[in-house]
Amino acid sequence: MTNEVVIKTDKLTKRFGDFIATNEVTFEVYKGEIFGFLGANGAGKTTAMKMLCGLSKPSSGNANIAGFDIYKQTESLKKNIGYMSQKFSLYEDLTVIENIQFFGGIYGLSNKKLKGKSNELIETLGLQSEAKKLVASLPLGWKQKLAFSVAVIHEPKIVFLDEPTGGVDPVTRRQFWDLIYQAAARGITIFVTTHYMDEAEYCNRISMMVDGVIKALDTPAMLKQQYSANSMDEVFYELARGAKRKSD
Amino acid sequence: MKQFLSFVRKEFYHVFRDSKTLLMLFGLPIVQIVLFGFALTNEIKNSKIVICDYAKDEATQQIISKIEASRSFEIQKTLISHKQIEEAFKEGDIKLAIIFPANFNNDLLHLHKAQVQIIADASDPNTANTLTNYATNIIMDYQQELMKNNAMSFHIVPELRMLYNPELKGATNFVPGVMALVLMLVCVMMTAVSVVKEKESGTMEVLLVSPFNPFLVIISKAIPYLFLSLINLTVILVLSVTLLDMPVNGSVLLLFGESALLIITALSLGLLISNVTQSQQSAMFISMMGILPTMLFTGFMFPLENMPYPLQIIANAVPSKWYYIIVKSIMIKGLGFSAIWKETLILFGMTCFLLIVSIRKFKTRLV
Repeated sequence: MTNEVVIKTDKLTKRFGDFIATNEVTFEVYKGEIFGFLGANGAGKTTAMKMLCGLSKPSSGNANIAGFDIYKQTESLKKNIGYMSQKFSLYEDLTVIENIQFFGGIYGLSNKKLKGKSNELIETLGLQSEAKKLVASLPLGWKQKLAFSVAVIHEPKIVFLDEPTGGVDPVTRRQFWDLIYQAAARGITIFVTTHYMDEAEYCNRISMMVDGVIKALDTPAMLKQQYSANSMDEVFYELARGAKRKSD
Repeated sequence: MKQFLSFVRKEFYHVFRDSKTLLMLFGLPIVQIVLFGFALTNEIKNSKIVICDYAKDEATQQIISKIEASRSFEIQKTLISHKQIEEAFKEGDIKLAIIFPANFNNDLLHLHKAQVQIIADASDPNTANTLTNYATNIIMDYQQELMKNNAMSFHIVPELRMLYNPELKGATNFVPGVMALVLMLVCVMMTAVSVVKEKESGTMEVLLVSPFNPFLVIISKAIPYLFLSLINLTVILVLSVTLLDMPVNGSVLLLFGESALLIITALSLGLLISNVTQSQQSAMFISMMGILPTMLFTGFMFPLENMPYPLQIIANAVPSKWYYIIVKSIMIKGLGFSAIWKETLILFGMTCFLLIVSIRKFKTRLV
């Protein structure tokens, strides 16, 4: 982890009519950091993340991602980020290898590089015997690990993970986080939203979003100290209790 | 370019792994051709008729043998009395009765006037009409032969020529219609469903986050279906030429070119549908709703000229109507591009309009 800033937002706001989903959110994320983006359902996490990925246009405010402006340099921005959505986002009717080749292909990887990458990836995930099977036949845990590996296949500067471990068993979740650590060690910044407080402990720093604003932002240890809590669970309850929005 | 090829290849995987899509793509045209070609035909063949011949002379024998020779009629039985006629109709499958009065030949030769009664089952008025026409024609035909022999003065003999389709085959009418219907249906539905599928599965988000140009997403989605539809078209053409003796009098190249244009129109319509729907079911449903106007307004099932004026105007908005005219001109009349440039232009205009609207509607940002 360095002090090089890779995500910098300045009063980033998204309004849907009268409803302010994300209200003047300002924060910085450093290179190689695992940044946890926490909040109850409906707190505005996904909206904020979508703006950072260029999927949604902010109503006001600025953000700079991997050195690119989110308004003007979306093309360069997209080349330098990876994204894994809440829904499982690989093609079920394609094989493991075909998925890898497709996503590598649309990120413009050369054939030679793609071949090396896909071999490496299949080996790391231990999917040698499944490489030619349809993704639909894999268990959910493996699918998620594969989806993550595919999201970083082009070695992006930042990868955005939107609740990547939903519905996955604890053992697989642990393995998934091993992959995240490996990626972070390679210098990829991880921006992750989650509902699991044990996962929050794995992050270098976390931000807590309540009703569209960031209520707290620090390392897990500092947050626990600040709220004199024993676990992240308690910190979360302490902060989320004041929420006015109904979770959905 | 490599990105683009990866995408097109992926689309082909989708198509070839989905047996339902393949079945629809290639099963539908075959079923349609066979159905329209052999089951649903508006030609009347082998209608069962009865003949009641009181005269039994030379003239009636000759007329009856002419009727027997005709493909349209099959003489069920020869009756002896008038009374049996009604019974025959009541029994069911008799469509027509022809009654020759006694002394038919005599009247004809000496009074120059003889009567013959034709009774038709008019519960189906169209069939009744067609059959009485057929029968009258046969009798007229005989009359003309007689006239030639007798060299009667002053008579006008209309000489009929059925242009482009001398045998009055139904296939010439419906094959272009089936082509239009199948291409519209398959292309609209396939594209709509394939784009919506990506939305449903969440992969669309991933594609939009990627540097892949959203415009290229559309193009790469369209290419496999354009390609498959052209193969499909070939299947329809081969089937209709070999099984139904459909003529292809004009340029095959031109025909494929025009078909490609209709396919692109249909693909753009499919894209438009996919932009306004969120689930595969609703995309399928909207595409299915498109079948009815396509069937009604293409002109191959119901002649457009007979429709009320407002409906005729609506028909102009149906792309397959123009395609139908184009295909008929090329395949049956053997005309070249100079004869169909207007229709082509209209179709081209529709395509541009649909493409522009759907590309503008295609959300590059999801929210």
